[in-house]
Amino acid sequence: MANPATSAVPARASKAPEAGAVVATRRRRRYSLLTRRDKVLIILMVGIPLTLDILLIWGPTLASVLLSFTDWQGIGTVTAQNIVGLKNYKTLFTGYAFFWPAVEHNLIWLAFLAFIATPLGMLLAVLLDRELRGKRIYQSVFFLPVVLPLVVVGFIWELQYAPSDGFINNAFGLVKSGKIIDWLGNPSINIYSALIATSWRHIGYIMVLYLAGLKSVDPSLREAAKVDGATEVQTFFNVVLPVMAPINVIIVVVTAIEALRAFDLAYIFNHGTNGLELLSILITNNSISEASLIGFGSAIAVVLLVISLVPIIVFLSRAMRAQA
Amino acid sequence: MKVRRALEARKLELPFLETDLPLNLDLSRRDILKIAGYGSLAAFIAACGGSPTTTSGSTTGGTMSIGSYQSDPGVKAGLADIVNAFTTANGGTKVTVNTVSHNIFQDTINAYLQGTPEDVFTWFSGHRMRFFADKGLATPIDDVWDAVKSNYTGAFATAVKGNDGHVYAVPTDYYPWAVFYRKDVFAAKGYTVPTNWDDFKALCAKMKTDGLSPIAMGQNDGWPAQGTFDIINLRLNGYDFHTRLLVGQEKWTDPKVTAVFKKWAEITQYYSPAPNGTTWQQAADKLLRKQAGMYVLGLFVSDEFKASGKQADVDQLDFFPFPDLGTQFDAEKALDAPIDVYMMSKKSPTLSKDSGQAKAFLQFMATGSAQGLFFKQAPGSIPTANNADTSTYTPLQKKAQQIVSAAGKITQYFDRDSRPDFAGANGMQSFLKTFIANPQADPTSLQGKMQQFWDSLPAEV
Repeated sequence: MANPATSAVPARASKAPEAGAVVATRRRRRYSLLTRRDKVLIILMVGIPLTLDILLIWGPTLASVLLSFTDWQGIGTVTAQNIVGLKNYKTLFTGYAFFWPAVEHNLIWLAFLAFIATPLGMLLAVLLDRELRGKRIYQSVFFLPVVLPLVVVGFIWELQYAPSDGFINNAFGLVKSGKIIDWLGNPSINIYSALIATSWRHIGYIMVLYLAGLKSVDPSLREAAKVDGATEVQTFFNVVLPVMAPINVIIVVVTAIEALRAFDLAYIFNHGTNGLELLSILITNNSISEASLIGFGSAIAVVLLVISLVPIIVFLSRAMRAQA
Repeated sequence: MKVRRALEARKLELPFLETDLPLNLDLSRRDILKIAGYGSLAAFIAACGGSPTTTSGSTTGGTMSIGSYQSDPGVKAGLADIVNAFTTANGGTKVTVNTVSHNIFQDTINAYLQGTPEDVFTWFSGHRMRFFADKGLATPIDDVWDAVKSNYTGAFATAVKGNDGHVYAVPTDYYPWAVFYRKDVFAAKGYTVPTNWDDFKALCAKMKTDGLSPIAMGQNDGWPAQGTFDIINLRLNGYDFHTRLLVGQEKWTDPKVTAVFKKWAEITQYYSPAPNGTTWQQAADKLLRKQAGMYVLGLFVSDEFKASGKQADVDQLDFFPFPDLGTQFDAEKALDAPIDVYMMSKKSPTLSKDSGQAKAFLQFMATGSAQGLFFKQAPGSIPTANNADTSTYTPLQKKAQQIVSAAGKITQYFDRDSRPDFAGANGMQSFLKTFIANPQADPTSLQGKMQQFWDSLPAEV
């Protein structure tokens, strides 16, 4: 502000020689493009969503943060006696047997989606972007699971994985030979069973997103690459992928969000226990339901919030930079 | 249908599987207003008339309300029949029933009892009853109990007492936990019902050589193994230790608890394959299809047999009490028999006016005839009153009634006798899955985790 060179938009308080210019700017502002009606509309259209956002999202978020410092159990009002400081966090990080496994499972979930499911979805999109016979049929087949709610996906796969009546164990003859694999009950493999089920849906989802992006790539770029003698693979990595940068960011964010909000499948399979602990399920099992450890559940929710902020900030800063 | 049932079966409350969709809660609120409206109107009329005020003392006529988790069609109809009978018997008392889906009722009970609950509500006996009594969210009903206690056995009397010695509930129905088997399988293979641990293990071994899974186990849901923990602990360490352990007055690291897991590990090798990945219904199916020999579960397993659609299968179902372990506590013949109760709320806005009618209703619920009306619609729940008409009981129900009345001590099941946060999915259910996954491992580290988890929980009262 002290530097006059930067005060292209003069501060109102400025009484410098250019005061006349300031007045002129002000006057010009008064005849803004916006009429009174526009302003009221803007206030309404921004104000109402903003109020709702504060009321329904930031209010509860703040409340959760505050509750995480209490041992409130949902009965009566929160009093000074309920405040326990950082005890919930201490318990969470040092004593609670399910917290670190849950963090680990969320990370495995993220890694699996990011390095296996999402690239597979992208690959399918690239393959289906070419002129193939029966392309629409393939697209429909891969997209079909996306239409199903995750709860239904959970039930479908629970039936496939069932130990002695399930499709998989029977199809591979494991029931007959007595070598039943406990897909959902064995704590060292059930997370991968859940990940296969979730990928079944995730791959189709990524495929559709990516396919839409591929359609917008200028075909002349590819032709030029072809003329220059680039192979398909080279064309994809050196031409198509850079052009698709905005879509790629969305894909990454979507994958991160899917991994963080993972809940349904593990909850359907076994209530998020025995190798399927996830942060979202720990929150639910602790604070909702009869258990009512609302303070403790809130502490887990705060941890999840902090983790979630990372992809959100990355996404927002990207989006804002793109707009600027 | 199967999907919905599977969804709902995630919760323990099995006799009520076919729950309706969540009820419109607005309706209930409106109903409360309506009741409140009637009440003030009545009070107004009484005041205008200048007649001697009898509203507070009167127990007939008037109004009362019930908050009910009996949302399954059968039990819902049962309660409706009781309400009609009560209205007739009690001078035309107008009863409003607010039925809420069973699982939702259970999950929201805290908020419900603190808000504007109905005068009387359906609940469970055990620690969960005492918890709300301690929190001052239930009204003691000693006077009702004094009037009806002659109609109950001693075990029920202990089950309805709060920590302060007052009575807080009227028991209306229950179902026992036992070892279920198929009579035809036992007859065909020449098995006999084992009464002690060694016979039980010998029978398991024999079944295994006969190509059966000796004991069906479906621990995917988390709670079924708690029933086995309960019964072994009761037989090995007795009722007092068990109940004290479940409310934290004994340590989970106690060598007595180690002994329970060690004893339990002697039969885990006889479980059906992949117990942690099997749901309780799939396990029941193994018994039904003669793949498994026995199944430790509640009487509600008969519902699963009934669902198969073949009465012949239902007729083959039988059970025996869990075998004795050769300790002094065998004589207690203790067992899990979860009791459903009716309680009186504290914060009901209409209670001051309705308390007479509410108590009359609770007294009515304690009669065999009222419970019989319910039983007719819900045969999975056995009446609690001594003067209930037992002539319509099936042999299975008769037997269930016999082993419960023979029991010196009745427990309510792990998750009703302990804190729900401790008993829940990311608590004891998980620990027991860990045990089932590797039963031969040294249980002490697992016990350490249990105790650590218990210690991390905030004080409940």
